[in-house]
Amino acid sequence: MGGSRTGAPDATTSSAVLEAVGLSRSFGPVEVLSDISLTFRAGETHAIIGENGAGKSTLMKILSGHLGPSRGLLRLDGEPITLAGPVEAERRGIVLVHQEIMLAPDLTIAENMFLGRELRRGLAVDDRAMNARAREAMRAFGVDAPVDVPVERLSIAQRQLAQIARALAAPHRIVIFDEPTASLTPVETAALLRRIRKLKADGVAVLYISHRLEEVKAIADVVTVLRDGKHVATRAAEELQPVDMARMMVGRDLLSLYPERSPSPTGDPVFAVSGFRAPGYAEDASFSVRPGEILGFAGLVGAGRTELFEAMFGLRPGAGEIRLDGAQKRFRDARAAMRAGAVYLTEDRKGKGLLLEEPLGANLTLAALDRYRRGPLIDRDKEARALDDAVRRFDIRVGDKSITAGQMSGGNQQKLLLAKMLELDPKIVVIDEPTRGVDIGAKRQIYEFIAALAKEGRSVIVISSEMAELIGLCHRILVMRGGRIVGEVFGDAMTEHDIVVLATGVEGDARS
Amino acid sequence: MSQATYAGKSSFLPRIELGAVAPFAALLLLCGLGELVNSRFLSVDNLTNVLARSAFIAIIAVGETLVITSGGLDLSVGAMAALVAGLEILFLNSGLIENTSLLIVAAMALSLAIGALCGLLNGLTTTIGKIEPFIVTLGTMGIFRSLLTWLAQGGSITVRNTDVRAAYRQVYFGDVFGIPYPVLVILGVAIVGAFILHKTAYGRRLRAVGSNEDVARYSGIDVARVRTIAYVLQGICVAIAVVVYVPRLSSASSTTGLGWELVAITAVVVGGTRLKGGVGRAWGTIAGALILEVIGNLMLLSNLVSEYLIGAVQGAIIIIAMLAQRSLSRGR
Repeated sequence: MGGSRTGAPDATTSSAVLEAVGLSRSFGPVEVLSDISLTFRAGETHAIIGENGAGKSTLMKILSGHLGPSRGLLRLDGEPITLAGPVEAERRGIVLVHQEIMLAPDLTIAENMFLGRELRRGLAVDDRAMNARAREAMRAFGVDAPVDVPVERLSIAQRQLAQIARALAAPHRIVIFDEPTASLTPVETAALLRRIRKLKADGVAVLYISHRLEEVKAIADVVTVLRDGKHVATRAAEELQPVDMARMMVGRDLLSLYPERSPSPTGDPVFAVSGFRAPGYAEDASFSVRPGEILGFAGLVGAGRTELFEAMFGLRPGAGEIRLDGAQKRFRDARAAMRAGAVYLTEDRKGKGLLLEEPLGANLTLAALDRYRRGPLIDRDKEARALDDAVRRFDIRVGDKSITAGQMSGGNQQKLLLAKMLELDPKIVVIDEPTRGVDIGAKRQIYEFIAALAKEGRSVIVISSEMAELIGLCHRILVMRGGRIVGEVFGDAMTEHDIVVLATGVEGDARS
Repeated sequence: MSQATYAGKSSFLPRIELGAVAPFAALLLLCGLGELVNSRFLSVDNLTNVLARSAFIAIIAVGETLVITSGGLDLSVGAMAALVAGLEILFLNSGLIENTSLLIVAAMALSLAIGALCGLLNGLTTTIGKIEPFIVTLGTMGIFRSLLTWLAQGGSITVRNTDVRAAYRQVYFGDVFGIPYPVLVILGVAIVGAFILHKTAYGRRLRAVGSNEDVARYSGIDVARVRTIAYVLQGICVAIAVVVYVPRLSSASSTTGLGWELVAITAVVVGGTRLKGGVGRAWGTIAGALILEVIGNLMLLSNLVSEYLIGAVQGAIIIIAMLAQRSLSRGR
């Protein structure tokens, strides 16, 4: 199957393996990807960058057969193909390494790796051979992870590597990495990047999606930028610096995304925590927040930020001192925290935040249902009026208010969750990953709501993995690493670099 | 401009959900079939009989609807019914109160208290002990039935005083304007059950807990309390059924209420309540209980299928109902 075909314009570079030609994809009336044409070559690492909602995930899903395009087509070795599903994609050698960990928690690394294609010796599975091969695959990352204990007992980083190893155990010509380093420490990230270089040397076409632009700069040969579902540019990586990439991703002045910062409040702290611990996740956390202040919590995934606040607010075991308005408190459950005026908005909107099958009104009033009671009954009129108010105030965009929460977009769900928790009129609001999976327009609005909450005199704590978001929004940022608060940045000293150094504990670039 | 799209969209007609209507449609269809098979089927006598006979299951199943909606399950209801019946009869036999009417009323009140207590036991064990409801109620099922067997010394407990028996018979066999008491009780229990589920704040929380426990917890709902109350209400429903049941046979033995739990759960599921929780339909459950009773009745009235196969037919129905639910919810 030699020779150059259409789409392989340069005979000196390696030939095109996979081509996307005019791919578009719509969900209902919304076009999330429009007219994307890209060429992926053997032995080349092609990074795809863009903000949340830029269309990266949709593109990956189409390339790996999880989703069909609305228009356009794929060519493999120059032949047009249609992928009926991920199984067919894998059969053709296209492997997607998922962002979320998709391993059976009760099975071992080896069992997970060979799930569905177990090695056998006679009738029985050959555990010894599978363990040996799994160990070898993990060593390829320079990691000596136990391959014969349940995955549940491994660290998030080990699981992530196991998942990658599993994906690479299948025959592959094109490997798509979707944010593979999101939960890796610098050491493991370096190991993964080495592995990717080896794939490249073996002539595999690598697609690499990441938010971490330094990492992209380090690994990629070609960089494609997507914005709002459209192709912005494809350039050789050596021509670009991370700052250029960021500018192309956002496509406008970065600062305009965030509302004007109010002056740092100076009042007495309203919420003060000292020596708090969430066993197994966070130790010795001490901090305080003032009325009207927006306090950020930065850190890598798995740094213990979510668990720390869940423990403080009675959602998981924890111990330590909490003072609210000077009075010592201990919250037995979320209800107790809510009564005291402290609410926590979960990062897991779909799993823990909203009842996806219930209508908007039932979701809105669920946490503050006692305010919508007349005796034992629910006052439906009052509930309907509250929904009208919330829809107006938070600009929840739905044509028909009788739909269920699950039928709305991520941005509208986040607005509804915000409205739901603000029904409690809290003094302290903790918002975990406020803009995860939210489109850029809604993102901007959510930032404005957060700024407005602080202006009303509430204390807002924002937990986020997007450093730019924290820098743009917060008065002060605390950084957590390995379950401890390791530093604080504020004022003009808030730079991504400072936060990364604190969050990883590594000075300089650990990735080369 | 964008504001305009919100306005005026709320419909005046309640949206009809196929899943909610299906059990009633099936019931009507069965009644039509019944008329074809045997012209006696639609006689007032026979229909009243069917309704009265379905009372126990229907009343218990309304309680089970609440428990299942909360994401729980109660396998102990049949055994609980036997135990409550036995204790009620023992109290009636004790003759602690001279006046017959007062004695019966006191016995009824005692039954309700015992039922509520049994439910509380189930509820607290599942919630505080954090044990699967299947296991807990499997355990209490054995405990309740065994206690009754022990109290009856392997035999049966019977109402001894003939005056009491005659007076109490009215509760099952009596009527108001031709409507038997058991039928009125079904209506009452169903109305209260549907009211709790759909109109009260407790019902909203019950559905939230069954739909997604984490969301409920993160919304500050006391999940354990909501679940425990559901089991207590279930216990009270069992006791109500017993109060209506005891006068029918005036006796309780180790076979009283045997297998009722499965029939009740079948009625709940056939009625459109989701087995894994979050969606509950009290009236659907009544329809489900009637469907099961009508089928049994039809099999007796006709000679098409041997009545020994009633269990097989009921088993087939629960599977068919699940398939129908699945395809209806997929069609939405």
